[in-house]
Order: sequence, then structure tokens, then C-alpha cells
Amino acid sequence: MHIKQENSRAVKLIDVVSECRDVSSLLFRDDETRAAEPGQYLMVWLPGVDEVPMSVSALDVDGMSRITVREVGEATVKLSELSPGDRIGLRGPFGKGYRLQGDTPLLVAGGSGAASLMPLVEKMLRRETTPTLILGARSADMLLFAERLEEQLGENLIVTTDDGSRGYSGYASGYAAKLIEGDGFDMVYTCGPELMMAKVYQSAREHGLPIQASLERYVKCAVGLCGNCAIGPYRVCKDGPVFDTDMLDVVRDEFGVSRMDASGRTVRVEH
Amino acid sequence: MSKLSLAVEVAGLRLRSPLMNAAGVLGMSPPILKRVYDSGAGAVVTKSVGPVPRTGHPNPTLVRTSCGALNAMGLPNPGAEYFADEIKDLKEMGVPVVASFFGGTVEEFAQVAGTLSDAGADALELNASCPNVQEELGMLAADAGNVEKVTAAVRDETSLPLFVKLSPNVTDIKEIAEAAERGGADAITAVNTLKGIAIDIDFRRPVLANITGGLSGPAVKPVALRCVWEVVEAVEVPVIGCGGVTTWRDAVEYLLAGASALELGTAVMTHGFEVYGQVNEGIHRYLEDNGFNSVKEVIGLAHQTGEQQSSKADRCSVGV
Repeated sequence: MHIKQENSRAVKLIDVVSECRDVSSLLFRDDETRAAEPGQYLMVWLPGVDEVPMSVSALDVDGMSRITVREVGEATVKLSELSPGDRIGLRGPFGKGYRLQGDTPLLVAGGSGAASLMPLVEKMLRRETTPTLILGARSADMLLFAERLEEQLGENLIVTTDDGSRGYSGYASGYAAKLIEGDGFDMVYTCGPELMMAKVYQSAREHGLPIQASLERYVKCAVGLCGNCAIGPYRVCKDGPVFDTDMLDVVRDEFGVSRMDASGRTVRVEH
Repeated sequence: MSKLSLAVEVAGLRLRSPLMNAAGVLGMSPPILKRVYDSGAGAVVTKSVGPVPRTGHPNPTLVRTSCGALNAMGLPNPGAEYFADEIKDLKEMGVPVVASFFGGTVEEFAQVAGTLSDAGADALELNASCPNVQEELGMLAADAGNVEKVTAAVRDETSLPLFVKLSPNVTDIKEIAEAAERGGADAITAVNTLKGIAIDIDFRRPVLANITGGLSGPAVKPVALRCVWEVVEAVEVPVIGCGGVTTWRDAVEYLLAGASALELGTAVMTHGFEVYGQVNEGIHRYLEDNGFNSVKEVIGLAHQTGEQQSSKADRCSVGV
């Protein structure tokens, strides 16, 4: 269950591990994070730098929780430079996570999107469902959690790379479209670049499959108050970050197309 | 269901309910403001809009407190000209719009007011009181002379109902309210957030990137309610109450103190969008249970003595 925490709390990093090119995980012990739902996020504070929303990539593995950081800006670069013993501030977990639905789920992870889907995979395995997961990245050295997922899913893991350096050559969304066309799946989950998710959503809709997608917007307050993370009538921070088919239908003109920048101007979604 | 209506009129603006959202809360984009309206608000108040785009302050921008929230968003907004289109979108959706705005100079206030008026807003709310941009812009509402000057300049630019939103962070709010009234305000919104600070004991530093922020929510209600009480006694124009309204009881207190309408913000954090419907229902029930026929009948009643209240003929509003 989601436990409400009034203020940011400091946690000490137990370990910082490199996962793949430009991506590292920070490991820590935190009871609130252990109790999070798959798909929920934390507001991670690096004092003097920024506070950013981060997916929880492991709720409780050997008593430790984990966030996984791709170096995309000042805050994420500085987070990945931290060492064991350093502290970060946490608020949350926040938002609505993935809901377990269906007997034969297909998961589509692009880039660092695998971080948000990992706790879902683990929850499904505990319930004796082995999902099929498409793990896509630009090239082999950017595949996140590939070894771990291979151990967990065996041949249910499908690897795609844009440059063909490992697995199938091409986009994860393209491979997903082929699988969705078949009859093998009754539920789709996706997290990754928005343009990829929008394509997966279109495929799922064409074939009448329900879908849940984890969205990203500029989150400031994280409690549904400021509206900076709005997409359509929804707040990604509170009504999301995981959107179901009905919600995606409502925002289909914006999803994969446009988003608000920090000042509230509409700009194109670039990736 | 009785015929009793929650409709009110504030400075010529007719509202189906006395509730609005407070500026800065959920006001970034038309679809989310439409959701506020669909949840039961009588009108929506936009994010404060200035002459040019602002990205606002970096995170952290919000700290929860034991009875509210402390925020320092820093007036993020896309600029008045850009926002004009969003006002048009809202109007096309059939939503009454109060456009909140600010400027760095008298001329900027007037210019932005003109742009937002032309865009079709139903009313304007002059934000004279953001506590989070003082170093850049100063806090207008701290000085009666400036408030009068800016209000008068805006008055010249627009014929729309003009609300002026005041700060509780002043020595005498009555004096500032009177200045706004002299400048031509059609209503006073009381009040913006109280300036505060939160310190993280682990990192031993202020939490908010802006160091200080504005306190809102139930914690500020008695202070904001007192401000409403004082302003109602000081001016003739209607007063819009803002500060910690979470339940219908809070709302009725504000009405009895003389507020003609109310703005709810932080309650959305704790109660969700549903808070507008819940408070509407509660006000409705209160009016019905106590034999009143309209919201107007209870506005300002707490300023009257028991004898005055007992005579139904005397049930009139103060400051309307």
C-alpha cells in the first residue's frame, strides 16, 4: 500500500552499479519504496541540484530498493556520479501504477523504460505468469537489464536493437505490432520513448487489445496540485503515470505528439 | 431536490456556484481547467500570466506541511499572447474564465490585462501578491500607493470585472484593500499564500529551491478568514475568500465572514477534484437546513448582531 509521507526523507545509498551505457542503478533501503506498487515513482532530491521523478526499478530485492538513472540532464548525471554512503532525498512513492490484467501479457520496453516494467515482471512471476517482454534499444550496449530478464523470462524475452547489433534488427514497436496482430496476447504494457509507446498503443487499439502505458511529463509538485504535468484533463503525477486504454483514448491527440514545457507552452514530442 | 440555487453574482459576473479554483492550482492548460469546472466550480481561475514566458523555479517546488503545503512554483507561464489562445479554447468549451495575471511594471500589468481582455476572459484577477518572486518583481501588495496606481492603470485597459488579489503578508490589509478599491477594483480576493520556509534536518538546508515559499491549506484558514473579515469591513466591493477552504463548513464560515465567492486550491491535493462537488453539496444542505433561499442571504451574516440576524427582513449581504 501507498504510505503517505509528509516530507522528503534522506536515504543512504548502499550501492551504485552501472547497468549499461549511460545507465546506473542506485540501491538503498526504504520501507515506503518497498511497499510501492509496480509503476509508481519517487521524487528524488539531490540538494542544490534538482528534484526529479524516477521510476522504482526494484521494490525489494534482498531487502533493497532501486532506482535506475539514465544520464540525460544535470540531475541524472550527478545522480549517477554518486557513491555508496552518499545520501539522496526521497518523496513518495506517488501516482497510479500498473494494474494486473489478463492471463497472457505482452510487455514492450524501450530504452530506460525497462526500469519501470521490472517490478511488474517480478510481480507477474510471483503470480506464476511469465510475460513476454520485448526489450528494445538503439544498440546492444544500451539494452537495460537484458541479462537479468533473460534469466527470469528465458525465451519469452525478445531483444531488438535499432542497429541490429543484438537480437532482431529494428524497432521494438515494429516487433510489437507483429505480435499484437497474432492471437497470443490479451494485455499490453509499455514504457519507453513516447513515440514508441504511441505506436504500440495504435497497434493495440487496432486489434482491440487493452493497454497500459507509463507516461512522462514535467512533474513539479507530484501531488496533483500545480498542473505542470498535465496531458489532456489528466495529471501524470497523480492520475498517472500509468495510463489505461480509456485515458489514452482521451489524450490520443497529444500522446506521442505534443507536451507542455516548463512554461506551459505546447512543444512537439521529439522521441 | 429543492429549487435552491447556489448561483452568486460577483462584480457583475454570474456564477452557478460560488466556488473557483485558486490561481496557480491546475491552471496550466484548458482541458484540466475544464475538469475543474466539470467538478462543480462556478468559474475557473488561470495560472497567473505575465508579459513573457517564464519557466518558474527549479524543483523542489513543493513541501507538504502538517496541515497544508508550502510551494514556490515561481509563476511558470507561457506569456499572455500565447495564453490568449488557451482562454479562447476554454471559452469554446463553455467555461467561465477568470484570467489571473501579473507584471513587473505598471505598464506590463496594463498591457497583459489588455491582451487577456481581448482574448475573451470573463474577468481578470490582478495578482498583486505572489510571495515567490519578490527578489525579481517585488511584492506589489505590500505598498498601498503602488496597488492603487497599478489597479488604476489596469482599470483604464479593461472594462471586465477586475479582482485584485492581496497578500496576508502585510501589516494592515485593510489599507491595501482600500487602495485597490480606489484604483477601481471591482472585487478583492483575499488572500494569497503566507510566506514560509521548511528546512530539511538531514541535509540541513532549506528544502525549496527558492528557499522560501507560500503556505496554503487548512493551516492558513484562520489567518485568511480574518483577512476576509477585515477587508469586508473596509471596502464596499465584494470580497472573494481564499485560504484553506477544504470542507463545506470552511466555506460557510467564509460566506458568513462576508465572502461572496471562494477559491479552493490545496484541498485538491488532499481531496481531489471531487472537493468542488462536496463543498457545493454541503453549502446547499446548510442553506436548506437553515431556511435560507440563496447563498446571498448568508453572506456577511456574522458581522451582524443576533438581533439583526433574527429578523429575516434584515438578511442582507454586507459588501455586495
